[in-house]
Formats: sequence, C-alpha cells, structure tokens
Amino acid sequence: MADKTQISVNFSSVPVIFLLTLVSLPLVLMYTYLFVDTISNSEAGSLIPNELTLEHWRFLWEIRPGKASIWLVTLNTFIFAASITAVILIVSSMAGYVLSRLNVPARGLLLAGVMVLHAFPSVTLIISIFIVLQYVGLYNSLIGVILVKAAIDMPLGIWLMKGFYDTVPWEIEMAGLVDGASRFTVWRRLVLPQIKPAIMALGLFSFLTGWSEFILPQVLAPGAQVQVLSVYLASLIADDNNFDFATFKAVGVFYVVPVLILYVFFQKHLMNIYGGGTKG
Amino acid sequence: MRILLDKFSKSFGSTKVIEAMDLEVGSGEMLALLGPSGCGKSTTLFAICGIHRPTAGRILFGDRDVTNLPSQERNVGVVFQSYALYPHMTVEENIGFPLTVRRLPASDIKRRVAEISALVHIDNLLGRRPSQLSGGQQQRVALARALIRRPDVLLLDEPLANLDAKLRLEMRSEIRRLQKETGITAILVTHDQVEAMSMCDRIAIMKEGEIVQIATPSEMYNDPRSAFVAGFLGNPPISFLKGKALGGAFVSDDGNFRLPLGSLRDIGDGRALTLGIRPEHFGPDGDLAIEGKVVFAETQGRENLYDVVLADGSVLRSIQPVRDDVKLGDCVRWNLSSEAAFVFAEDGRRL
Ligand SMILES: Nc1ncnc2c1ncn2[C@@H]1O[C@H](COP(=O)(O)OP(=O)(O)O)[C@@H](O)[C@H]1O
Ligand SMILES: [Mg+2]
Repeated sequence: MADKTQISVNFSSVPVIFLLTLVSLPLVLMYTYLFVDTISNSEAGSLIPNELTLEHWRFLWEIRPGKASIWLVTLNTFIFAASITAVILIVSSMAGYVLSRLNVPARGLLLAGVMVLHAFPSVTLIISIFIVLQYVGLYNSLIGVILVKAAIDMPLGIWLMKGFYDTVPWEIEMAGLVDGASRFTVWRRLVLPQIKPAIMALGLFSFLTGWSEFILPQVLAPGAQVQVLSVYLASLIADDNNFDFATFKAVGVFYVVPVLILYVFFQKHLMNIYGGGTKG
Repeated sequence: MRILLDKFSKSFGSTKVIEAMDLEVGSGEMLALLGPSGCGKSTTLFAICGIHRPTAGRILFGDRDVTNLPSQERNVGVVFQSYALYPHMTVEENIGFPLTVRRLPASDIKRRVAEISALVHIDNLLGRRPSQLSGGQQQRVALARALIRRPDVLLLDEPLANLDAKLRLEMRSEIRRLQKETGITAILVTHDQVEAMSMCDRIAIMKEGEIVQIATPSEMYNDPRSAFVAGFLGNPPISFLKGKALGGAFVSDDGNFRLPLGSLRDIGDGRALTLGIRPEHFGPDGDLAIEGKVVFAETQGRENLYDVVLADGSVLRSIQPVRDDVKLGDCVRWNLSSEAAFVFAEDGRRL
C-alpha cells in the first residue's frame, strides 16, 4: 500500500489531474449551484443570487402539510439502511464461509443459482413481491421492504464473501482444529478476522445502496410513517400544489450529506472491495 | 505415547493415496516419514491428527482407538509446513490459543506461555505479530504453539522446508533438542534425506503411498532393501551401473567390467542386474580397478566430488579428500570396493 501513495518518479501526474479536472468541471459547477440555490434566492433568469435565505431549509423544523417530519423520514432511512447492512453482513459472512469451505451437496448449482438471482433486475419481480407482501401483511412496513431489499442484494454479498474466504489459507483452520477449537470458534476467532477488510467494505457498500434505494420503498412502503428519504424527495416533485424547487434541492443536499461523510471516512475500506485479499 | 497405524487406507474420491499402511512409532521415539513429493506423507500426517478421516483401518494412540475422534479430542500438536500462525494475533496470543479455547484461567495461560517460549527461546518476542518475525522465529512460535498443551504426539510437516540453509541446520538440532527434552513421540514428514537421517531415531521411507522400508538411519544407509531406498539416501547420491549376471559375476552391458558376486554366485546367467555404488566406495582405494574420464569436478572445501564416465557411457560418482592432481577431462583409473557394492534385481529389489 505504501508505495502506491508515493508519487511515481517516471510519470508525472499533472496532466492526468488536469484532464480529470477539465472533465469533472461541469459536475462540480452543477453541485456548487445546487448548494448555492438552497441558501439563496435569485431573480428569474439570473445566475447570480441576490439574497441569502434559509427559507428553503424550513423543512428541517417545520412539518409540511400532508407530509411526515423530515426527522422521522431520516430515522426510517437510517433504520432501513442499517438493517439491510446487518442482515446482509450476518447472512453472507456465514453463507460465504459455508460455500467456500464446507462440503455442501450441489455446491456448483447453488453458486450458479445465487448468481442468476443476482442477475435478475429487481423491478421485474416487484409486482409479485408486492402481492406476496400484501398477502403476508408486511406491505407498507419497514420490515417488509428491508427483507426484500436485503434478499435482493444478498447474492452479491455471498459471492463476495466466498471469494474472500477462498483466499484464507486452509492451514489456519486446520491449526485451529488441532489446537482444540470447535468449527464455530475457528470461524469466529480465526477466519473472520482475516477477512475484516471485506466485511467493512461490504457493510459500507450495503449501507450506501440501502440509503439510495428508491424503487422498492416507493412501491412497497409508500405510507407517510414508513417513508424513506428518497421517497420523500420524490413526493416533493410529485406534489403539484406546493411546487417548490429550491426546497427540493435542499432536501437533496440533506440526503447526500451522510453519504459524503461516509465516503470521506471510509473511502479506504471501500476501495478494499476492489483491491481484494487479506494481508498477513 | 505409542502411535499405531493398522491397515490405514485413505483415498480422495476415486484416487487411492494410501493403501493398508501399517506403522508403529514407539513411545518417545522420533520417526521420519521420508519420501518424494506427492507420495502421501502429509495425507498420513493429517489422518493421524484427525483432519482427514481414514477410508479404512485404525489409528491408535497408546491403546486408545482414536480413528473416529475429531482433532479436538486427540491431543496432538502439529507444526504445519507454512507454520499457519494466526496473523491477527500476537505471538503470545498465538502460543496461548490452544489453552484459551480450553478456557484456562488467564494467569495460567500467561505462565505456561512464558515457560514454553523460554524453552524455544522466543520469550523476548511475545508482543510481536507473526508478520514481524523472521522465518526461524515463526518456526519457533509454531513449535511453541504445538507443544504448549503437552500433546501426546508431535507432528511436523516439512518444518524446515521454508528456511534458509543456515537456519535449517540450527532448527534441525533445536527441534531434536526439544523432542528429547519433552520426551514426546514425534513424526517428522520430510522429503529431505539429510533431515530424516540427522534428526530421527528411525526412518520410514515411502513411495507412492507405501512404506518401502523402516529402519534406523545407519541401517537404512548400509542395508537398503531396494534401489529406490539406496537412491534416496546419501548425498551425493549413489550411482547405478546396468549389466547382467554371467558365471557368478556382474558383467556390464559392454562386457568391459566384471565384478564377482561372492555370495550371489549361483544366480542365473543372463539375468539383468543393477549395481549400486556409493561415491565413497569409488576412488583411489579399493580392490577392483575401473577406467573412465572425469566429466565433472567440484570442490566442497573438505572434499572433492567427481563424476566419471565409463566406456559404456554410465556415470560413477566419487567423493574423495581434496586433491589437486585430477582435472576435468582427465582419464583416471580408480578402484571400487567390491563388497560395498549393492546388487539389485531388475525390479529394484536388493539381492
Ligand atoms: N484433499 C485432497 N483431495 C484430493 N487429492 C489429494 C488431497 N490431498 C492430497 N491429495 C493427493 O494425494 C497425494 C498425496 O498428497 P500428499 O500427502 O500431500 O503428498 P506429500 O507426500 O507430498 O505430502 C497427491 O497425489 C495429492 O494430489
Ligand atoms: Mg506434503
């Protein structure tokens, strides 16, 4: 890792940085304006704001007519994303181990099946899931949509974990067994710590996809009490009576801030998902 | 504690690796399982420690049948070829792990870790992680971890294969010292005959899943049962001459060389034979002169090593005290010690 961060002697990174800056400039401009627009008013047709204001952020302390409190919605989103993360981590860290290490009958078929599941676009299933949820009484509840989202994201997690477990040497497990540890202890105390980077990465990944999920909550849990931020955001533009573009932008900024914070703090771990492997 | 393998067999799916192996290791003895790569040494070892379940046969520790016991209940210590240290734990946690999973009180663990690490001379490294240790130190940690819960049996799978030459020499005597001091029954798996001969009380030499011969190192060196055993032991290795029996003597294929067979004189004429001659039995001393050309010469400091090509193209190796008078390309007339030569039948059996 250390030598990667060093500046290469043979290749100057200046041209690359210049090019990347040029390409991403429009994006940066758009984000800047997005933010500027939420804290200012400008005359119609003008790009230069003429007054600073906090009125677009009113949604933080006022409940808009016919809508849930933003804090309830944020809490819902957090519960949604965190629960998905927990379910995916627990299930795929165990399932990945089993698929990588234990003698599972029809392992190949199982792995292929899991992959096929992942290849299904979740939208194609949404009507049937809707009917199933309604039938079991989980429609319009957080639990229902959490289970559905976790199930849809699970195949990727299981495959990823299996791949990481495959890199852990067998000998470590054999040593654990002859040292007197049970199979579960071996997994928990010896193998799991080896793939900690992968767990971190998968956890973050799941949290972020949960945070940004829109279609599933929109269809399966649209009710005001169980709304998540993406659905709340969509309902703002769908609402023709109180159309307020600046508020929409402010909620948007509010929505991405946690994601940005996560990225800043855990960027290194997230990269691990692509770097792969453990380091002894 | 005595280890007994009784008709032990192991196959993976349809590939038979070991078939009906019998092996007894006496209490307190150190036995080498010696053989070329892929002959089933590790498989045997893993069956003894309970990682592989035998396909057939029994494994006994003392009088206790452990065939169907899981690893956890066998009380064996294993040192793996790659050491298999736990990378996320410190040396102290690594060594203490077998006691930790047994839920011993922390103070006991600490005391015993201190004891055992002093025994293997790593008491100053307890706070480090395996990645911060040299190969030899990792090896010592692996040994300490295997010994800490006073196992009945110590199993070592090519423990020296990953060390450099000097460390290998050091760890060789170190492992032997530990084995003697603890009085533990040990099995050492190796493909290196020097290791097997220098460290162990007895050697079991294996070929394709079968034990070919079990004997003490010197017995095996001086009285090999087959050409395979003779070829495996000894460095530089033994050289072989092909020929046939004629009138109670070995005659080389081109007829230039004749060696009376002594006790084997009534062997049938025309039978194909192979003669095995160790490098120390070919040189200036001996009773049977033979001519050839030096095609390879190497000095090892104290001794010189020569390869001599005979008239029929076969090669004899010779090891002699250092001398300067023989050069590459010289024709020499050296002697064989005819009693020291081994005679093998066509199938490799010693006659
Ligand atoms: N888990 C396994 N599955 C299938 N074949 C195996 C397995 N382990 C070992 N073998 C085969 O058994 C033979 C002996 O292997 P091994 O005991 O590791 O040899 P070595 O004497 O080099 O230690 C080899 O041919 C190897 O391919
Ligand atoms: Mg092996």
